[in-house]
Amino acid sequence: MNFLYGLTLLLIYQLIGEGLSLFFALSVPGPVIGMLLLFLSLLVFYKVKNTNADKQPQNDALSNSAAAILSHLSLLFIPAGVGLIVHIDRLEDQWLPIIAAIVLGSIITMAVTAGVMMLLNRLLKIDTDDQSETKI
Amino acid sequence: MNSAEEGVWVYLSTSPLLWLTVTLIVYCAASQLYEWSNANPLLNPVAMSIILLIFFLALTKTDYQLYFSGAQYIHFLLGPATVALAIPLYQQVSKLKKIWFSAMVAISTGVVLGAVSSVFIAKWLGADIQTQLSLAPKSVTAPVAMGIAEKIGALPSLTAALVVMTGVTGALICTLLFSLLGIKDSSVKGIAVGVAAHGIGTARAFKISAEMGAFSGLAMALSTLISALTLPWLVTLLF
Repeated sequence: MNFLYGLTLLLIYQLIGEGLSLFFALSVPGPVIGMLLLFLSLLVFYKVKNTNADKQPQNDALSNSAAAILSHLSLLFIPAGVGLIVHIDRLEDQWLPIIAAIVLGSIITMAVTAGVMMLLNRLLKIDTDDQSETKI
Repeated sequence: MNSAEEGVWVYLSTSPLLWLTVTLIVYCAASQLYEWSNANPLLNPVAMSIILLIFFLALTKTDYQLYFSGAQYIHFLLGPATVALAIPLYQQVSKLKKIWFSAMVAISTGVVLGAVSSVFIAKWLGADIQTQLSLAPKSVTAPVAMGIAEKIGALPSLTAALVVMTGVTGALICTLLFSLLGIKDSSVKGIAVGVAAHGIGTARAFKISAEMGAFSGLAMALSTLISALTLPWLVTLLF
């Protein structure tokens, strides 16, 4: 039953998200709005419920369903990925720009993100190393 | 094949059950192989499954539409899975409070530069406009990328395929890239993978360490949001 409650809750948030996205003609897709709403709900709801901030949410129809779905996240990409078969001709014609854009684009994205993150952490003197936390 | 076998094949091959089951069998087998190989990134289960399934469809001369009539039940779960990302994000909320500013700036920069550089590389090497547009959301998780593709006039199905290729590429090269760049901090590595390679990168990050996985999931959720907000607008500036 637990899994069913969790899944139902996820679908309700997605439905609200889709509804809002359509109604206000937003550029943000419905599931993302659903995710934001769920995140905000968790912040508000669990803050009220347990003032003990470090306590993990206990309920956990929701956490269990989320963990079940997210543990096989990569499976969910396969139907879309097989769609490559429809675009084989395009891939044959334009393989060089496509492969180059994907590989170089990924390297640039990762290097830039990591670089900016490390630079800002250093500038703002943020310690992201959790081991130092346990020492204190 | 005799006519009775043919009849069974004709019936089953047009039912959603066969293609749903085949997808799951192929994925389970690919995942098992990946585990046996001690998570060798070259045996990425998503890439292996897609290649095998494409061969299988080509061999049986099956239309993608027909295949998708079964596989859509898996595809549908991408929606609730996106919503479910709120939970790991919430579980990281105390870390998030500490790093939210540098993470937001880093992720935004990565999203924008990643999209712009991919589009320009493709343009420079002679890709047509549809391909260029479809490459812009390539680092965004599939359902959202397809939504963005629709908004910017790209081909959603091409975008979905490029998204998966990008995820697999990111999962393949991340370990090597980080060791070449000398990056050791798990939170930085996780965030970079999550921005570049969405869910497939996150799945890979969880195999490296739980902390890297959590931050990758967080970066994926934030970059999804930032992409959905900025990419449609960015594309109108570029084209």
